[in-house]
Amino acid sequence: MAEKIGNVWVFIEQEGGKIADVSLELVCKGRELANRLGVKTEGLLIGDKLSHCVDTLYHYGCDTVYLVEDPRLEPFTVLPFAKVIMDMIKAHKPNILLFGATHKGRELGPRVASEKLAGLTADCTDLQIDDFDDKVNKQFYKDKLMQIRPAFGGNIIATIVNTWDDPQMVTVREGVMKMTEPDTSRKGKLVNVKPELTDAEMVIKVIERIREEKAVNLKGAQIIVAGGYGVGGKENFKLVYDLAEALGAEVAASRAAVDAGWIDHDHQVGQTGVTVRPKLYIACGISGSVQHRAGMDESLKIIAINTDPGAPIFSVAHYGIVGDLNTVVPLMIKAFKAKV
Amino acid sequence: MSYKIIVFVKQVPDTQNITGEAMKPDGTVNRAALPAIFNPEDLNALELALQLKDRYGAKVVVGTMGPPNAAEVLRESLYRGADEAVLLTDRAFAGADTLATSYALSCCAKKIGDFDLILCGRQAIDGDTAQVGPQLAEKLNLPQISYVQEVLELDKRHVKARREIDGGYEILEVKLPALMTVINANEPRPQNGRRLMKYKKARTASELAKDHANANYTDAEALAAEQENLAERGLMIYEWTAADAKADPERIGLKGSPTKVKNIQNVILKASESKMIDPTAQGISQLMHELISDHTLG
Repeated sequence: MAEKIGNVWVFIEQEGGKIADVSLELVCKGRELANRLGVKTEGLLIGDKLSHCVDTLYHYGCDTVYLVEDPRLEPFTVLPFAKVIMDMIKAHKPNILLFGATHKGRELGPRVASEKLAGLTADCTDLQIDDFDDKVNKQFYKDKLMQIRPAFGGNIIATIVNTWDDPQMVTVREGVMKMTEPDTSRKGKLVNVKPELTDAEMVIKVIERIREEKAVNLKGAQIIVAGGYGVGGKENFKLVYDLAEALGAEVAASRAAVDAGWIDHDHQVGQTGVTVRPKLYIACGISGSVQHRAGMDESLKIIAINTDPGAPIFSVAHYGIVGDLNTVVPLMIKAFKAKV
Repeated sequence: MSYKIIVFVKQVPDTQNITGEAMKPDGTVNRAALPAIFNPEDLNALELALQLKDRYGAKVVVGTMGPPNAAEVLRESLYRGADEAVLLTDRAFAGADTLATSYALSCCAKKIGDFDLILCGRQAIDGDTAQVGPQLAEKLNLPQISYVQEVLELDKRHVKARREIDGGYEILEVKLPALMTVINANEPRPQNGRRLMKYKKARTASELAKDHANANYTDAEALAAEQENLAERGLMIYEWTAADAKADPERIGLKGSPTKVKNIQNVILKASESKMIDPTAQGISQLMHELISDHTLG
């Protein structure tokens, strides 16, 4: 490949002018990939009245910010966003394009990939640059994006490579890429872009839109107390809340507890919930399915409390307590209060 | 019968309820041992289509791409209330990624033709990508509404639906025809006993031929007559190859798939050094002491 390779692009997701955490995580990761390839990190910021977001993107690592503003781009609808991104790809030919695996990213990414006839890998949990020797088709690809993701309900981890022409597109799970400290002295280049929109993209009408910021912040929590199906009922979740309160922790849950209606989905940790890596994760009555472990097994310390000594959660725990959480949890609260 | 709704469904291995029998001795999953089920959110898509049929009158056509035994999910759809079923099956489709899959389904939708709505489950539990719905919408140049919870209104020109967004919901209105992906927000109806009695006889042409071969009875004329008889009673499941659907051979299967799997690693239960703590006041007191002294707590 004598041709100069394209840059690393990040779709910057924002809501009401606030940049989504996952986009900043991806700018940090994008920076790392771009450094490895010797290219630039560029952010694609789309919406209306967003110029105040630009400096933050430089601070986290963008060399360039393409700012695309138009009143028709607010609130988000998928068709005009896809049109803008397609036009930008055609004009600049990026090598890599990263989306957060959010609701928006997961409906926008495939729409763009389909039109571009590009590959797209969903829900990646890691990205690396490496060569790909395709022995079946006798092709060698240099410096490709290794798109690493769990599949089969989290029972396998697949490394996927996009072998067609650029960009190599992926969506990346929230919370898995580490956000590095912003450098407020960093500066970049702003490119204002006038979008070319037609009536054809404006056929989706937003009649009503209700949303609120999540009340729970699991991603930022240092200590998490999580309850599973073994908690036994909605009332008994009080134990989990009591322990969390005593330790200054956030409350989380497994999918089984959420599906049972004992606690809200915002609290769910695992494959279809949030990925966390706190200092301490206390799993109360959680059996530890692959799907749940995928969201918490990087916690620095894990305590598992379960009546079943064969529960898979014990295999990832640093401390295992085989016992009834109705007796164990009050003992923990009492012991902690006595020490501090 | 004022609307025509296509529902695309998938037969998937049941990755969510993996029992001990599906685990190999090395702690990895034996994928072949998993039972094949109707993808859960595709049942929600079918349910939504059937609700629209109840409310407004519609013909519901269910389609799937898969191996010959994927006809099972089509029969299951007929038991629940679908009117017709199409199996898109061909070895040439094998190894398709989401782009090649959405292309094949777009050919299938075009051959079915004349639809007002296409519904799909948001994602299938074997890959969890949620990509095929939006890609199919793009291939057919349709507007899409993803993550649909319910349809509020349908008239000859528009559909108005409530859908989930991060941290809330939206009500969107689009012109028909349109595509919607549906999430787990309704309760799929059970199979209907009378429909089950009727449609358990539904067959694809290859299944019928196989039945005859198994009965050691290969009279071509009799086979054709029975096929005609089943078709008259609405019991033939359409079976289309890539050529039937006019799919470009370059754009399907492995050939039409830009993404390649470089390697696959089985997730193995990590045998970490875990320390067992006695569930006694003393054991727990020591644990808390340890966590406070190494600054994990306090």
